[in-house]
Amino acid sequence: MKFGVVVFPGSNCDHDAYHVVSKHVGQPVDFIWHKETDLSSFDAVIVPGGFSYGDYLRAGALARFSPVMESVRNFASEGKFVFGICNGFQILCESGLLPGALRRNAGLHFVCRHVNLKVENHTTPFTTEVIADKVLSIPIAHAEGNYTCDDETYNMLEENGQIVFRYCDENGEITDASNPNGARSNIAGICNQNRNVLGMMPHPERACEELLGSNDGRDIFSSLTKAIAQVEAAA
Amino acid sequence: MRNNLKFILNHTMKAKVFVTLKPSVLDPQGKAIHHSVELLGFKNLADIRQGKYFEITFDDGVEISDARETAENIAKNMLANPVIEDYRVEITD
Repeated sequence: MKFGVVVFPGSNCDHDAYHVVSKHVGQPVDFIWHKETDLSSFDAVIVPGGFSYGDYLRAGALARFSPVMESVRNFASEGKFVFGICNGFQILCESGLLPGALRRNAGLHFVCRHVNLKVENHTTPFTTEVIADKVLSIPIAHAEGNYTCDDETYNMLEENGQIVFRYCDENGEITDASNPNGARSNIAGICNQNRNVLGMMPHPERACEELLGSNDGRDIFSSLTKAIAQVEAAA
Repeated sequence: MRNNLKFILNHTMKAKVFVTLKPSVLDPQGKAIHHSVELLGFKNLADIRQGKYFEITFDDGVEISDARETAENIAKNMLANPVIEDYRVEITD
């Protein structure tokens, strides 16, 4: 089992993701420079947070054209796991790997704090290890996390169970007050139809140690690790 | 005469690309600007929406039809995100 962490110019959560995979997941992990195109040695690719290309034009818009992204697209179409966090989520949307777009926060501010997340689908490869009804405490840190899509896309997401995380209050209730950025229907994370590509605005890699205020992020990484092990066992 | 000829041969063609949010997409930045403009005392403003403007300058000798097609493709594939934005291209020479 091997994880890869893509590094774009301006990525700044790449080392956090690397640290969590090597220390807490306990699996081999390598950085993947954005000009590389061979992903054959990896079972899962993390597209990390940060400000790729300085967020020029739109967040994630220019990273989409890096050579590695064509390979990430093929990697995803083979059913392998792609995990976009924050700027990584924005890049996956810009690339068309996930539907919709992430717009400027409704309140215009950069929001940096712990939020509560409700897991709306416990059957994805990224969420099987989260116990039922557990409200996850995971930090966000973004100015463009306002998830937007048209009605047709929204209905498709709902029907297919592709809405994976929603912002909620501490009791797991989906409320306007718990929505930090104006995202449609409190959406914090979605997956593709095949469930092997996930994007989320909150940073689970920053919530894997009690010292940092929460280790709820580990549930997501351990789910993914289990899913990869199952794929390996079936091969 | 010579100067005129040089002008004709070296004229630069430009594409102006306007990227705007789709009408259905909320524009919190435009709203904030609108609010501030009203604080400045400007009245009778129904709405302000923010967009992006790009100027693309072509090499000498590019045909206008090629310039338009190229600018449209650049706008469609990169400058605008079709999920939330529309674009419009104007060619000037």
